[in-house]
Amino acid sequence: MADVTASDGALRRFLHGLPGVDPVGLEGRAAALGTRSIKTTAKAYAIDLAISMIDLTTLEGADTPGKVRALCAKALNPDPTDRTTPRTAAICVYPDMVATAAEAVRGSDVKVASVATAFPAGRAALPVKLADTKDAVAAGADEVDMVIDRGAFLAGRYLKVFEEIKAVKAACRREDGTAARLKVIFETGELSTYDNIRRASWLGMLAGADFIKTSTGKVAVNATPANTLLMLEAVRDFHALTGVQVGVKPAGGIRTTKDALKFLVLVNETVGEEWLTNEWFRFGASSLLNDLLMQRQKLSTGRYSGPDYVTVD
Amino acid sequence: MSERLSVFKTYKLFVGGKFPRSESGRVYEVTDSKGNWLANAPLSSRKDGRDAVVAARKAFSAWSGATAYNRGQILYRVAEMLEGRRDQFVAEVADAEGLSKAKAAAQVDAAIDRWVWYAGWTDKIAQIAGGTNPVAGPFFNVSSPEPTGVVAVVAPQASSFLGLVSVIAPVIAAGNTVVVVASEKAPLPALSLGEVLATSDVPGGVVNILSGRAAEIMPSLAAHQDVNAIDLAGAGAELATELEAAAADNLKRVLRPQAVDWVAAPGTGRLMAFLETKTVWHPTGSLGAGGSSY
Repeated sequence: MADVTASDGALRRFLHGLPGVDPVGLEGRAAALGTRSIKTTAKAYAIDLAISMIDLTTLEGADTPGKVRALCAKALNPDPTDRTTPRTAAICVYPDMVATAAEAVRGSDVKVASVATAFPAGRAALPVKLADTKDAVAAGADEVDMVIDRGAFLAGRYLKVFEEIKAVKAACRREDGTAARLKVIFETGELSTYDNIRRASWLGMLAGADFIKTSTGKVAVNATPANTLLMLEAVRDFHALTGVQVGVKPAGGIRTTKDALKFLVLVNETVGEEWLTNEWFRFGASSLLNDLLMQRQKLSTGRYSGPDYVTVD
Repeated sequence: MSERLSVFKTYKLFVGGKFPRSESGRVYEVTDSKGNWLANAPLSSRKDGRDAVVAARKAFSAWSGATAYNRGQILYRVAEMLEGRRDQFVAEVADAEGLSKAKAAAQVDAAIDRWVWYAGWTDKIAQIAGGTNPVAGPFFNVSSPEPTGVVAVVAPQASSFLGLVSVIAPVIAAGNTVVVVASEKAPLPALSLGEVLATSDVPGGVVNILSGRAAEIMPSLAAHQDVNAIDLAGAGAELATELEAAAADNLKRVLRPQAVDWVAAPGTGRLMAFLETKTVWHPTGSLGAGGSSY
């Protein structure tokens, strides 16, 4: 695969040579997989799995250290009335909140993810983006969620995007030789076409992404079953071709248990059970957790639960 | 001229300001008092009940936060809209309850008058349910009534329209939102009321109307942790006992079934049933040596 990234021309030829996406077929398949009925014990298993896959996220201008600590407490112990509830996979915050979050989850298996590279627009010079990334890693981030330069991508400057991802990947390395895992956000809502999403997925994976992520959650269209299915297919094909496993993270707009279960079905049917762990699949979400907890309470007590019985974030 | 094809009406639920079919896809046959088929009504499931509670909860903050005056205007608007569709309701009530045209018309008129009556009460409840309390201390002490929240109601079984209006109007006049299970045998006037509410400025979700079997839908609503009160007006003795036990879990307010003459003046009992009293103690008296006071 090395030769396809040798020059701008070679990369463009490769990305434009990828088979076109059949939008009707894609959306039809995503919708068909969304009709699976998952009940009783399977549902209980899926709810716990989904909780363990959440990157509990707060990305607001109004984030305070107190709010981040409260969210960390929730990640560590999502339902204080039921200690069998699994922990979430990670906490996702802005770089300046990483130190606070890392302190709050120290000693647990909950990871700290940080957005970086001038999130969410990505409109900054490369040195600024790299400094942003290094800052987050130095503060203790286990994972870095970067945004690609959509302007460059849409202008067809694929090699620039490629080089940028590689540079950020390099910036994720720590002094002791380990590295933070890199999630690459495409902001699929801004890429206009499914063909572009497929190209961006391959571009990200070629550049060394550990995870590919749909969106920032800051635009009108975020994760949908169709665009996530498309990215899962890209991950599957990339794995078949290179043997490299890449994770997927849909983010934004997934608010209900029903939605989350549909995504899990997509994962299982597209890339298989190997991806059904928080090592390789994540949900970027905040309000989803409360809905999962309410459904979990319903399953364990037989009564419908309500928002009075979960925390207000 | 060719003969017109008959246009049958599809009766649907009223949930969150929309008209969905039952999530279960089920319907049941509704007949008139002589057993002749009238229409198919949705046979709601527990999930329809859950969806209705979600809609009612969503609507609660805006409805309870609206000024009492505004709520009164909206309830009056319901009466205006009903007046315009009086003939339809007279026909539906006559079919449902086996009444003559004149008797059915009297029921519908009484129901419209009841909306007007409750519309007038919205900005007067606070005066009779609250006020200042004399206390033995340097405090100004005020009580004011606040709506209880989401109320699940079993509508009266026999009085398909006047009874229905008499149970839902007081609940929403007080600022609550409501999920009502219509009379099982005669749900059509209730389902048509949804169409009136949808065109009367009542925000979607304030009133949610389900048709089907109360014995199937109500137990999960009575146990629902996000329902604050239940009104068992139309529940039989056995069902009422079961529902009251289920409601105890999160200390719901329960209005037990009682024999009511729906035609008689209703009084304020149902208005008061779904209110919570908030009392505020405010210190009074002089502030230190300066002698100024609050």
